[in-house]
Amino acid sequence: MDTTLTPSPANSPAGSRRVVLGVQEPEDMDLPTDPIPLNMGPSHPAMHGTVRMVLDVEGEKISNVDIQIGYLHRCFEKESEHATYTQIFPYTDRLNYVSPMLNNVGYAMAVEKLLGITDKIPERAQYVRVIVGEMSRMTDHMTCLGAGAMELGAFTVFLYLLKAREWFYEMLEEISGARLTHSYMRIGGLSADLPDGLTAKLLDNIQKTRVVVEECGKLLNRNRIFRDRMDGIGVITKEEAIAWGVTGPVGRSTGLDYDVRKDHPYLVYDRFDFDVPVGSVGDNFDRYMCRIEEIAQSMRIIEQAIAKLPPGPVMVDDPRLRLPTKTETYNSIEAMIAHFKVIMDGIHVPPGEVYSFTEAGNGELGFYIVADGTGRPWKCRVRPPCFANVAILPKVLPGLFIADIVPTFGMINMIGGECDR
Amino acid sequence: MSQLILDRLAATFTGGELEQIGSQHGNEWARVRRDAWRTVGSFLRDDPACDMKMPTDLTAVDRMTREPRFDVVLHLYSVTKKHRVRLYAGVPEDDCTLDSLVPVWPGLDWFEREAYDLYGVRFRGHPDLRRILMYPEFVGHPLRKDYPKEKRQPLIRRSGFPGKPE
Amino acid sequence: MGLEIYNSTVQAAVNWARKFSLFQYPFVTACCGMEFMSSAAPKYDLARFGAEFPRFSPRQADLLIIVGTITERQGPALRRIYDQMCEPKWVVAFGVCASTGGFYQNYSTMPGADQVVPVDVYIPGCPPRPEQVLDALILLQERIQRGEGHSQIVLKAEAGHDVPIAAIRPRDKGPHAVAGKTEGAK
Repeated sequence: MDTTLTPSPANSPAGSRRVVLGVQEPEDMDLPTDPIPLNMGPSHPAMHGTVRMVLDVEGEKISNVDIQIGYLHRCFEKESEHATYTQIFPYTDRLNYVSPMLNNVGYAMAVEKLLGITDKIPERAQYVRVIVGEMSRMTDHMTCLGAGAMELGAFTVFLYLLKAREWFYEMLEEISGARLTHSYMRIGGLSADLPDGLTAKLLDNIQKTRVVVEECGKLLNRNRIFRDRMDGIGVITKEEAIAWGVTGPVGRSTGLDYDVRKDHPYLVYDRFDFDVPVGSVGDNFDRYMCRIEEIAQSMRIIEQAIAKLPPGPVMVDDPRLRLPTKTETYNSIEAMIAHFKVIMDGIHVPPGEVYSFTEAGNGELGFYIVADGTGRPWKCRVRPPCFANVAILPKVLPGLFIADIVPTFGMINMIGGECDR
Repeated sequence: MSQLILDRLAATFTGGELEQIGSQHGNEWARVRRDAWRTVGSFLRDDPACDMKMPTDLTAVDRMTREPRFDVVLHLYSVTKKHRVRLYAGVPEDDCTLDSLVPVWPGLDWFEREAYDLYGVRFRGHPDLRRILMYPEFVGHPLRKDYPKEKRQPLIRRSGFPGKPE
Repeated sequence: MGLEIYNSTVQAAVNWARKFSLFQYPFVTACCGMEFMSSAAPKYDLARFGAEFPRFSPRQADLLIIVGTITERQGPALRRIYDQMCEPKWVVAFGVCASTGGFYQNYSTMPGADQVVPVDVYIPGCPPRPEQVLDALILLQERIQRGEGHSQIVLKAEAGHDVPIAAIRPRDKGPHAVAGKTEGAK
């Protein structure tokens, strides 16, 4: 996609964005302003979850911002201390609720590391995890770009990307039973295999999505208004990104070449051929381009994975982990007891601690689990990628105008469920 | 692969700052004495062989019956060397303070605020230590094991509107 | 006898107009927001029911859709927005977290938005399918037509008769306003 544009005064840093109308001393034209506090409250139309920003503004320019999160604190950690390992899967769905499969995968991998069965997961289960994970990543990026574009006025792009997202929701519903909160993974594999005919439908929908994403790119990439609002705004340098722990598309847009799928491959990602888009400037437009390119790369991964998908079981064959089949459960007392124990007692994980990290839609999603030998974890901590991404905003926003908050916050893609847990 | 970090730490800190080191499930970890927290952190960031410039996570664990009660856990990563380490510092309940690592890695600002909010560990030298996930009127530290899960502290009264009179 | 028939016909006509021109304020917090966006998207179009474009200001809206989990911290903000709306107004609790708290039973989650605002229609589901949302909207429209929304009942009780025209009267200040402290600037 060709993204060159002639430079305009709007592409220069935000502080020097003044149109000088042939007056000698532009500073004299400024009206004296008093700083006032302005509240962008917990419910605001940007549809990006609930967050409260208390701004100190002088005129339209922000001098200080205090971001108050916690309006969606649903106590993931406290709930997981009272739930068995399998019961935590629905809670993980609701962390980053636009890409729930990726959270499921991350959590399942963490518990499997504690159990020591990472290399015993069947091949087919690993491939399917990759496929549905990349589908979820695509829905994440499509939602982020759609909502971000809508806030800048590009309502058509929003509707197009949501149309494409609907196709993925239908397919995910066929796979897991729910459109949004799937809880598809289990410790040791998947809850069920892919339905018949899904891979063909998926390839078909990927072709249609390619067309949709191309169209949206054509509508936005060289659009004067879009570029003026996104270029040069909200710049994060690579050193800042590293020191603040910023990862994911936001971190890669600064030039930081860190993608967990490439640097520390997990599941079967090392068998696929895909690129990782890395930006250079670190502004909003780079973050937008990183995400659009990642959608294309996800489609590549899915196509390769479908081509190589092996047959086989989807759950590890360990009686302490998997539920017996229904025929066994209803016909033999041992299987019924096993079924009861696995569900009520939970999976007994030997004592230990692990930090397991995967690449979620927003960056490095880490699960730090402390197990004490019973069926419930002692502590199950999520390292949320967008927590670090939003933490850097109070450093990025001062000096911008109020209107610049909208695209910056949109491209950071704060998901309330993940940031506040 | 991260054994290098533990070797460098063991070689540099010989005065008892490192209480314990180990490796489990592919994660290397080191337990650090409380007063050496910031020294060890700065070393890990500045040493060219370790180069741990990215802080990944800082949290606390409530061990409940063990003395000291809390463990502050720090995960670090190096983007150049691609290795990780986990550091523990034991924090007792009666003197629930620890040096802040914000001067070393500015990104730990919000992570330390969250550990303070949910566990009550105060970080000395933090620029702005206040609650982040709970509202300021909340009393107590909810992720401690002795805080009941369902104990609500409502911020707004629950009656006096159509459908729910006083 | 003739006057009453005249009145009820006006009331029916006014309610008919109200139900097909709902201005929604989506108070979106969590995952249900994604399904709200889906139900507004081309496939499960909300616009064909008249609830076309969200009005992002409570002063201009008459349908408050509470989408997603309400936490204790969010309570004063939700209450304030409800008070700022003009009457008659209706509230839909979208999702099981807004209806009863869902499977979140902890120190931070309010067990349902109806702890602080009166809800007219509850939509269960985690998240509800867009078809459920449309069904709920039709249910709400039937309630509006019959004049049974909470706010309509209150208006009728206060006036003593059916109020045909909207009473533009937000309750920021008045008997139902929030007493005491709301989230102050910090």
